[in-house]
Amino acid sequence: MRTIVKYVMLDLLKNRIVMGYTLLLLVLSFGMFSIDENSTKGVLSLMNIALIFVPLISIIFSTIYVYNSAEFIELLVAQPLKRKTLWLSIYSGLALSLAVAFLIGVGVPVLIYESSATGLILVVSGLFQTLIFTGIALLASVKTRDKAKGIGVSILTWFVFTLIYDAIVMLLLFQFSDYPLEKPMIALTMLNPVDLSRILILLKLDISAMMGYTGAVFNEFFGGQLGMLVSAIVLLLWTTVPVWLSVKQFQKKDL
Amino acid sequence: MLIASNVTKTFGKLKALDNVSVTCNKGQTIALIGPNGSGKTTLIKTMLGMVVPDSGFITFDQHNILHSWHYRERIGYMPQIGRYPDNMTIAQVMDMMKDIRKSDVLDEDLVNEFNLPALAHKKMRTLSGGTRQKVSASLAFLFNPDVLILDEPTAGLDPLSSEILKQKIVAEKEKGKLILITSHILSELDDLVTEIIYMQEGKLQFHKSIAQLQEDTGQVKLTQAIAHVMKTH
Repeated sequence: MRTIVKYVMLDLLKNRIVMGYTLLLLVLSFGMFSIDENSTKGVLSLMNIALIFVPLISIIFSTIYVYNSAEFIELLVAQPLKRKTLWLSIYSGLALSLAVAFLIGVGVPVLIYESSATGLILVVSGLFQTLIFTGIALLASVKTRDKAKGIGVSILTWFVFTLIYDAIVMLLLFQFSDYPLEKPMIALTMLNPVDLSRILILLKLDISAMMGYTGAVFNEFFGGQLGMLVSAIVLLLWTTVPVWLSVKQFQKKDL
Repeated sequence: MLIASNVTKTFGKLKALDNVSVTCNKGQTIALIGPNGSGKTTLIKTMLGMVVPDSGFITFDQHNILHSWHYRERIGYMPQIGRYPDNMTIAQVMDMMKDIRKSDVLDEDLVNEFNLPALAHKKMRTLSGGTRQKVSASLAFLFNPDVLILDEPTAGLDPLSSEILKQKIVAEKEKGKLILITSHILSELDDLVTEIIYMQEGKLQFHKSIAQLQEDTGQVKLTQAIAHVMKTH
């Protein structure tokens, strides 16, 4: 497995997009922290980068990369290699490169300006987004043969998690505003890795007081040890399940 | 040593392989012949595990190849159209393969005869079709495998390189290896193969030795014998 990861990483290191992504994150992070004296505002702005921009780049870049590696995959499938090993190596190479890019681009500035529990949870959330959306990208690209369609599916998935899902939740909230929705809201949050991470960061920022009664319920649940544990498990599931499904699919795929 | 039993594979509505059973033994050189789209390449790909059959199974030395991968250490495969990562040079592709196979015994005859070391620094994307074929051929023979599967090996090669490759196939045949070749240039196969597998529309029409085929059709040349078969089928 290490051999293949090595070749994927070597290929990605030569790729200018990963370099550009790292630099862009660095510039954005330092920019956000320098604009305001108050580093909490910087964390808030960075949160939006880690939860919207990072998933977008992870999912699209990984999808395109897998399609562009079609020759590489075809060459190696005829070799004495397990398909599972090959696929997981590609995932590891991609996820590792993007995670390192994020750690340098966001992790380092956060360490300098805001090395607190809040900063830590921001970086961990961003890392989870990278791993989760790379996994979803692999699933999308193994399911669809056509490159354009695959990229479309990826963009749509990103759209659903960052925008459409929230819109639907809002709609439900207004439709059922006569009922107590705090508990179902927690469940709905769990179903979306982006929302889950956002709540975790916001609660650490102590501005949940501004979120009214729902905020209090959230704080009670996610602030406790059980809530933290459940969130961690849900995020881990989001990281592993799509990759596992894509492995299953890849083992059956005709090349 | 390589046995396919009742292998069926459909792509959508197209039946690429229809209940195909073949037995390939050590020491045989088998020509896989049939019109375009008769399922030759699909059969080869199922043997390599690149395509998973809908029903039926394939065994390599009595072991089912499904979910197994070690057996591929003993196969050298030359694809019809060799596709390689664009950004890698010939040397990098070769090194990567050596890294994956981890074989100590290397057979670099073809690498040298095709003069590939002189082109080693060239990127795969800049290579001509013929040069790619040379790389594919060299890789198939490089690890001294027991079984060679060659899909249209001489297509796109110049006459000189084509002859080099043919000599290499003969040399390997004499070592008692199992060699499977698909080709449309029947005259080339004449003095090479010992058995013929003829396929049409995904079905196996017959699997005969050359002598048997010559006897059945009354023709000595393979070209004429196959032409005779095509007319009657």
